[in-house]
Amino acid sequence: MIGYYLQLALRTLRRNVILTSLIIAAVGVGIGAYMTVLTMFIAMSGDPIPDKSAVLFVPQIDAWGPATRPPGTAGSVRLPEQFTYRDATGFMRAHAARRQTAMYAVQLDVTPPVGASYSQPGRAAYRDFFDMFEAPFAAGAAWKVKDETDLADVVVLGATLAARLFPHASAVGQTVSLDGRLYRVTGVLKPWNPMPHFYDVSGNPFTLGEQLFIPFTTAIGHEMQSAGGQGCASVPPPGWSGKLAGECIWLQFWAELPDAAAVRNYRQFLVNYSDEQRRLGRFHWPPLVQLSNVKEWLALEHVVPNEVRVNSLLAFGFLAVCLVNAVGLMLARFAARAGEFAIRRALGASRPDIFLQCLTETAVVGALGGILGLLLTALGLAANRASLGTLADYAGRLTHFDPAIMALTVALAVGATLCSGLYPTWRATRVQPAWQLKAQ
Amino acid sequence: MDLIPIVRALSRRKTGAILIALQVALSVAILSNCIAVVQQRLAHMRRSSGMDEANIVTMANQFAGTTEDLASRIQADLAQLRAIPGVVDAVAGQSFPLRGYGRSTGVWRASDAKATTLNVADYAFSERTLDSWGLKLIAGRNFTHAEIREFQLGSKWLTSPVAIVTQALARTLFPRGDALGHDVYLASSAPSRIVGIVERAETPWAAHESATYPAEYAVLEPTQWVATNVAYVVRTQPGRSAAVLTMAQKQLYALSRERVISEAQTFEDTRADQYRSDRSLGLILIVVCALLLAVTALGIIALTTYWVTQRRRQIGMRRALGARRGNIIQYFQIENLLIAGAGAALGALLALVGNLSLATSLEMERVGVGYPCFGALIVVALSQAAVTWPALRAASLPPAAAIRGQ
Repeated sequence: MIGYYLQLALRTLRRNVILTSLIIAAVGVGIGAYMTVLTMFIAMSGDPIPDKSAVLFVPQIDAWGPATRPPGTAGSVRLPEQFTYRDATGFMRAHAARRQTAMYAVQLDVTPPVGASYSQPGRAAYRDFFDMFEAPFAAGAAWKVKDETDLADVVVLGATLAARLFPHASAVGQTVSLDGRLYRVTGVLKPWNPMPHFYDVSGNPFTLGEQLFIPFTTAIGHEMQSAGGQGCASVPPPGWSGKLAGECIWLQFWAELPDAAAVRNYRQFLVNYSDEQRRLGRFHWPPLVQLSNVKEWLALEHVVPNEVRVNSLLAFGFLAVCLVNAVGLMLARFAARAGEFAIRRALGASRPDIFLQCLTETAVVGALGGILGLLLTALGLAANRASLGTLADYAGRLTHFDPAIMALTVALAVGATLCSGLYPTWRATRVQPAWQLKAQ
Repeated sequence: MDLIPIVRALSRRKTGAILIALQVALSVAILSNCIAVVQQRLAHMRRSSGMDEANIVTMANQFAGTTEDLASRIQADLAQLRAIPGVVDAVAGQSFPLRGYGRSTGVWRASDAKATTLNVADYAFSERTLDSWGLKLIAGRNFTHAEIREFQLGSKWLTSPVAIVTQALARTLFPRGDALGHDVYLASSAPSRIVGIVERAETPWAAHESATYPAEYAVLEPTQWVATNVAYVVRTQPGRSAAVLTMAQKQLYALSRERVISEAQTFEDTRADQYRSDRSLGLILIVVCALLLAVTALGIIALTTYWVTQRRRQIGMRRALGARRGNIIQYFQIENLLIAGAGAALGALLALVGNLSLATSLEMERVGVGYPCFGALIVVALSQAAVTWPALRAASLPPAAAIRGQ
């Protein structure tokens, strides 16, 4: 019977064209607007590393004490979000987690074989970084542990930079001039740009990822300044050694803790570490520690701006208006065909039969509205990309359009139209056959 | 005109009336909030940075090669920039308003940190920076040349004995208005005397201000910033910005090729960059509002047209009994006014309630009562306009044919 109803539905679409197209337009516009905003919201707030977000953690200790803590929101305590050199290297030495990495952002001058040099953002990290954050390698691999202890000049390139520097050959084994020194390339990554840039949210978390990765120890050895944010509770001693010994925070730290027992043990380690610093006379306050996984960290750092949430709500309200509109139009549409339903009823169709027929028609209209919504979403996202100007790359990554979202759009359209079509359909089944036939 | 027959007729067709009223209510609620948010965003974007924005160009200069004599290289660059025709003055510093990043420091009210700390921007000023930026001094004096000390990145930072603060910061620290001559403690137990107050200077992160980093608190310290990365701020004569920008880069590269100049742009472009996301979100809101009004209007037209076809006979009978065209049109308009009015009242209420509940959870600002009223007015006016065409069609039905049912 459904097949027959589908045929009927397609045929009746051609009658009453204006009303039908108005319904399709209403549904399409509502779905299009809502999905544009929803796609952006999903892209911004989605889990950047779903299969590992529960095992990657950011520890926080009370490195500055109550008196000089950064001001937090009323009522809650806000611990420093980065680490001093002393604490970060202390954690690395203690090796309390299965995998761990201290890291910081650097800015390096790349001098290509031909042409002027240009500045590129990079990251100084330990080799566990690549395993922990699942950075995929296209060629080669990360540097060896020996490279870290030897402070070797090695580098892992991102896909874009490798293609730019070595367009015709594999980059692995080649040398790159960074800041005037020659670095050997040990590996090249596939295109990799987790959104948001969760492992370092101190800047803009939706910026493009780095293209250069060098060992942490090498960067420290070459006295590379941090290109990220830094905060100091007290004036550090002068010079590079002063920066390493002082109480300025400028390093990030991540640990991989595979299960609940590991998390408990690590929390205990953090408390023990703070106690030890108190014994050494560096901290004069009781220990206060915090351990957040990826999702908790993103929430703590307010990565999704509130405006996006507000826009999602407003777009949903707009969708509601469009659907209410559709209800009225569907009522009008079914009422115009009361005579047809009356004839069916008179010939023996039961009320559920009419209900099913109208529902099938509504579903077809909903599907068409969904397709229109898809086109309008693509338009909306393209317009979004245009108005974001020079941040086009960021927008392009942010507003990708994948099959899951397309299926979601059409399903949402059909579902919403069916919901709004329930009342008109029910009204249609209550047609009085005798009265209708007599009136004609 | 008698309202009671209209109301009674409406009560017999409740569904359609409720549908229109619901649409109008939702439209008013959304429209009011959208207008409020767009208005707030516009006000946010229009705040002045305090600088002479129309005539300022900036660039980021990174020295390459030897770092031995950065101070003299910077002075040579500045001399070159000041010699360009059309340039009023040029200075080098670490950052400037709306740059996006820069130094910040804590300001303590007393000599120990136990008193509340405010986070403020910390600008390194030479004696010429005040005029180069175009800031307005409203009390006290500028720094003298003797007070400027040099700071090279990596050396020990010494607390300055004097400082200039912005008016907003002065008011917060000294509500009685006697900031001038008093001491502040810039994250140090050594005091800094306030020798001047500028009317306004925004922080580098003013476009993304938060409660902990407000946009208007800045302190100016007499320091010549010396580092491999410096920001050059150049003030030009009116109309010469673009020309100076190109000339400046050419001259600097001619002076020495051992550098990378980036982010060379006019201040207008800097401002546009910083507020780009605000603008795009605002645009989305405006487009959604326009679509919303269009959908509501079309819905009213469609539903009213349908009602007209349902009530052909009644309309024909009224016309036959002597009603004029104007009476019919009036009837539909009053009917629509009743429905839309009720819907708009409900919508205004929804807007206020919704905004109150969102204000706390999403840190939105509260809307005044004006916005829902304004939104209600717009939607009701629109619905009145929308119902005109179906009403005209109803009025022009030939009475005899309508009664006969054709």
